[in-house]
Amino acid sequence: MKRLAALFLTMLIFIPGALYSAPVERDKSSISFLTRQMGVPVSGSFKRFDADVSHDPKDAGKSRASITIYMDEVDAGSDDGTVEIKRKPWFDVKNHPKAEFVSSSIKELGPGRYEVAGKMTIKGRTREVLAPVAVKKDGGLWLFEGGFTINRLDFSIGEGPWADTGTVDDKVEVRFRLLAPVEEKNNKRRLK
Amino acid sequence: MDKPVEDIGWTRTAIALHWGTAALIIAGFALGEYMGDLAVSPMKLKLYSYHKWLGVTVFALAVIRLAWRAFNAPPPFPQKMPSWERAAAKAAHALLYALLFAIPIIGWLGSSAHGFQTVYLGVIPIPDLLPKSKELADLLEEIHEQLNHALFLIVIAHIGAAVKHHFIDKDDILRRMLGGGGRK
Ligand code: HEM
Ligand code: HEM
Repeated sequence: MKRLAALFLTMLIFIPGALYSAPVERDKSSISFLTRQMGVPVSGSFKRFDADVSHDPKDAGKSRASITIYMDEVDAGSDDGTVEIKRKPWFDVKNHPKAEFVSSSIKELGPGRYEVAGKMTIKGRTREVLAPVAVKKDGGLWLFEGGFTINRLDFSIGEGPWADTGTVDDKVEVRFRLLAPVEEKNNKRRLK
Repeated sequence: MDKPVEDIGWTRTAIALHWGTAALIIAGFALGEYMGDLAVSPMKLKLYSYHKWLGVTVFALAVIRLAWRAFNAPPPFPQKMPSWERAAAKAAHALLYALLFAIPIIGWLGSSAHGFQTVYLGVIPIPDLLPKSKELADLLEEIHEQLNHALFLIVIAHIGAAVKHHFIDKDDILRRMLGGGGRK
C-alpha cells in the first residue's frame, strides 16, 4: 500500500503539468449560492469540493481553474430544503454526484481583475458561464473571489412542478471564494 | 371619522377592523395547521408565504385597532352585566389584543431564526432581527404554536360569550358588533 502511494507520488512529480496547479485550502474556501423563493432570498452552500487553481499574474492566459463539487454535501439553507434539493427533480445527486467547472479562457480586465470563461456542468448538462474574478494576495495565499448567475432551468434544476419560476426564481447567483497557496516555483516551472 | 352610532355603538371602522381581523386570524390559523405537514412542494412554499403575509396583515390591523381605540372609547357594557363578567370580558379582550401582536412577532422572529426572511407580499422585505439559529428557531416555533393554542381557546370562549350575550342575556353585545345599530 505504502509503495503504491509512493509510486503514485513520484508519478505525479514527474508528470509535468500534473502537479503545478495548487489545490485550494478547503477550510478557508467556500462556494455558496443564492436563490429567491417567493421573493425571499435563501442562501445555501456546497460543503465539499475540490478545486485546482493555478494563477500566473504575469500571464493571465496561462491561469486556469477547475472545480469539482460533491453534490451530496450541499446545504440548501434549511433541513427540508437540503433533503429536497438532492432529489431527482433538483440535483438528482444519485445519478449526478458531481458538478464541474473547467475554465476555458481567462482575460485580464484590469489589475487584479479577470474574466473567467468556462464550462459549468451540473446534472449532466453543460453550459458556458462567464465570471468576473478579483484576485489578490492574502497572507501566503491567493484569494480568488467572484460569482456568476445561472438560470437553473438551463440545467434542469427543479423539474416538474418545480419548474414554476414564480415560486423559485430561475436565476441563481453562485459566489465563490477560493484560497490557494502562492507557489512561485511551480509557476516558474510551468512558464518554461 | 365615521358617523358615531348614537354614542354608544362601535364605529364602522371598529366593526370592519374586528371582522377583518377575525377572518384573517381564522384563515391564518387554519393555514398554519394545514401547511406544516405538507410534503415539500411549490404549493407548500406558497402557503407558507401566504401564511406569513396574512400574519403580517393581522399585526398591521392590530396596530391600527389600538390606535383607533386610543381615540375612541369602546361602548360601555350593558348596565345589568355583572362586574365579574365585565372583568372577564376586559381580561379576555386584553389577552386577544396581546396575542394579535405576540403571535405574528414570534412567527416573524422564528422565521428569521430559521434563516428565512419575511418578504411581505413577496415585495416588501421585513428585516431579520435574529441571526440563523436552529435552537432558537425550534424554541420560537414552539412558542408560536403554544400561543396559537392559547388563542384558539380564548377565541372559543370569546365566541361562547358573544353567543351567551345574544341568546341568554338577550343584550346588544353581539348585535352592536355586527353593526346592527346598537342599543335601542
Ligand atoms: C395572526 C397571525 C398568525 C396566526 C394565527 C398563526 C398561526 C399559526 C399556526 C396555527 C401554526 C401551526 C402551528 C403548529 O401546530 O405547528 C403556525 C405555524 C407557523 N407560523 Fe404562524 N401564525 C400567524 C402569524 C405568523 C407570521 C407573521 C409568521 C412569519 C412571519 C408565521 C410563521 C409561521 C411559521 C414559519 C410556521 C410553521 C412552523 C412549522 O413549520 O411547524 N406565522 N402559525
Ligand atoms: C377570531 C378572532 C377574533 C378576535 C381576535 C377577536 C377579538 C376581539 C377583541 C380584541 C374585542 C374587543 C374590542 C375592544 O374592546 O376594543 C372583540 C370584541 C367583540 N368580539 Fe371578537 N374577536 C374574534 C372573533 C369574534 C367572533 C367569531 C365573534 C362572534 C361570534 C366575536 C364577537 C365579538 C363581539 C360581540 C365583541 C364586542 C364586545 C363588546 O361590544 O363589548 N368576535 N373581539
